[in-house]
This record gives sequence, structure tokens and C-alpha cells, in this order.
Amino acid sequence: MKHELPKLPYELDALAPVISRETLEFHYGKHHQTYVNKLNDLIPDTPFADSSLEEIVMKSDGGIFNNAAQIWNHTFYFETFSPSGRREPQGALADAIKSSFGSFDAFKEEFTKAATTLFGSGWAWLSMKDDGSLVITQESNAGNPMRSGLTPLLTCDVWEHAYYIDYRNVRPDYIKRFWEILNWEVIESRYK
Amino acid sequence: MKNRVISRTAGIGIIVILSVGIVLAITKPFSVMEENDIVGGFQFPSLPYGYDALEPYIDAKTMEIHYDRHHRAYFNNFVNAIKGTPVEDMSLEEIFAQMSSMSDVIRNNGGGFYNHNLFWKNMSPNGGEPSDELTAAIEKAFGSFDNFKELFGSAAASRFGSGWAWLVVNSEGELEVGSTPNQDNPLMDISPIRGIPILGLDVWEHAYYLKYQNRRPDYIDNFWNIVNWRDVSERYEAALK
Repeated sequence: MKHELPKLPYELDALAPVISRETLEFHYGKHHQTYVNKLNDLIPDTPFADSSLEEIVMKSDGGIFNNAAQIWNHTFYFETFSPSGRREPQGALADAIKSSFGSFDAFKEEFTKAATTLFGSGWAWLSMKDDGSLVITQESNAGNPMRSGLTPLLTCDVWEHAYYIDYRNVRPDYIKRFWEILNWEVIESRYK
Repeated sequence: MKNRVISRTAGIGIIVILSVGIVLAITKPFSVMEENDIVGGFQFPSLPYGYDALEPYIDAKTMEIHYDRHHRAYFNNFVNAIKGTPVEDMSLEEIFAQMSSMSDVIRNNGGGFYNHNLFWKNMSPNGGEPSDELTAAIEKAFGSFDNFKELFGSAAASRFGSGWAWLVVNSEGELEVGSTPNQDNPLMDISPIRGIPILGLDVWEHAYYLKYQNRRPDYIDNFWNIVNWRDVSERYEAALK
């Protein structure tokens, strides 16, 4: 099965100045595309030749896992953004955030800390446990919380390529502005 | 009249001096030592060349941020982490030998401090050639110099995420190539490749992103233009002792 690069749900300049057109040109147009190309090169004649992307993420390791999970993670990350949209959670997800973290602000603080302190390349995640409660985790490199039985709701890419053109070494500034482009309607739709 | 001319000339001279000073201050072509650069037995080194010395292979802006922001942050975080602890009186080599018993903050920042110290010295705009002894050892270990470059380049290209590629002298006195994640290095007891590093290549994205973006292989190819083989050869001699 040939994997495809999904379309971005907005224009390349739609997230500026939080994330610039130049960053998206490389991040989506080069990095994301390269993971797709590499996975398509790696899977023929393997048990994953006809697997869905999610199945590969759940079951593979090594280079196949790295490229498959990076495709999945980036698609999930890019889909969360929108130039317009509600910037705070409502309804059941808002309640779950409150009961798991105390308040939306306390959640943002904890998520920010996870994203800031992850050393090296990786992702910060908000996920749902089986009982509906929420948890924040860090994953190195291509890591994905589905491998630990969690349902991902929100992620922040803290590989340097996600922010280096716009923020250089100042990762905290990128995370601070990340909240300005989140579309919580998308994140709520994942909390089912 | 004459006085006036002189004073005008002097005035222009002062303006020129001030302008040059301002331009230097803005572009900061050289690393500048700061007050906190020596803490206990540890020193944040000055860069052995100007920020633009490795152009066009490594651009001046990358050098400045890499040295003055990333490297300096590792140094500051490291000395803060060990302050008032028994680790304060140990050498980096002693710390790395006991890495598995230490905190992540010491591992990450101590590694980042040491690795960049080595990296800056491993590069030069005119680094010469490997010594006869090092050349012979490379040919013995890897078959040929080209094979070595290919192996080292492949270690650097295939390190997924952030990390370093290394040429080390192992405990048998032989050369080996490998890579480590994040700021680990081959002196650490947790490292998959062990030995005395004589050449390191930083493949964190911050090392190359402003100039090469996603093209890490181009950065690796260009690295060979700026390797300081005199330094690597001296480290090889020292590692055998």
C-alpha cells in the first residue's frame, strides 16, 4: 500500500507569524514528505507492505517505525492548527481537563513544562486513558503514546526543525505561541 | 583655520572609530569571554576562530547561536547542577565514567559542554592533513580513508533525532566509528560506543538548520572541508598514551 502525504487543511502562510510560511514549506513540504517517501521505500516485501499507517505505528520498530510514526505524528500535529477557530476547550473535554489538571491554565502550564524540558528531539502529548481521564507525556524522537495504550488528543512537535527558523534556540517562545493557533474543535472531536 | 581643519579631521576619525565599534558590537564576529565563564574547575572556552571562519560550510549566524546560546546554556546548566555537590570536584572524564549513577541534568548538560568543546577544536578553516600515524590507523581500521569517510558519514546521517557521530580510540587502541543520541558521548559508561573521542560531528538540527534545513547529508559532506586534522591527529597520539 502506497502512503500519501495528506493535504494541509490551510495555506502555507495561514499560521504566520506563529509558524512562518518558510517553516511550513520545510516542515510539511520536506520533512513530512520525506518520511512518506522513506516509508514507501522501506515497506515493500515486509509484513507491513499492505498495513494501514496506524497498524505500522503500533507494530513495527526501527526505521519503519520511525518513518511511519513521524508521518502519523506530523499529520496529527498539522491538523490541530487553524488560522481561526476556538482557542479554548468547551464541553466534555473542558470538564476532563479541569478534573485531571485543576484548570485550563494549570493544564497549559504542565503541557508547556513537558514540551520545554523534553531533551533532544521529540513530542509532548495530551492523551486520554481508558477511563476518560487525561495525561501529559513526553516521547523522544518518533515516539507515539498509542504504543502505551493511550488515545492521543493533542501534540506539540519539539524537534528543532519545528521552530528553529522562527525561534532559533528559544523553544519556550515557540511553545508560548503554539496556543494561539490551536483549533480546540478538532481536539474535542478526538475526545470521544 | 588650520586648527579647525585638524579638529574636523579628528572628529571624522572619532566618528569612524565609533562606527567601526558599533558595527563590531552588532555583528559580534568573535566570541567574547564573559564574567561567569570560569566556575570552579570548569571553563567555558573561547571559540578558536571568528564566527565567520568556517563559511561557507558553517554560516556565521549558526556559529554564533550554536556557541553563544546552545553551548553556553549547557555550560551554565552544568555548573549550576553540580554546584555544592561532590561532583564539583570531579573532572568531566571522571563524571562520564560514572554517568549511569548521575542525574539526567548532569548527563545532558555535562555532555553538551564537553562535546561542543571538542567540536569547535575539531574544526578549522585550515586544518591540514591527518598525520602519517593517523592515516595508517584509519587505513588499518577501515580499509581506506574513503571507506572511513563513508562509515562516519553514514553514522552521522542515520542517527535518528538529535545526537553525534564519533571517531574514537577504543580500549584496544584501535579506531572505531559510531554515534550516540542527544548529548551522550563515548566516554560515558552508558554509551553503546566506548573510547576516547578524537573527532565528533554534531547532528542536532541546531548545528545545521539555518543553512541546510532538512538536508543533513549536505552538511555532513561539507564537514570534511573544515575538519582540523592537526587537532584530530594530536588527539590520536594522546589517546594512545
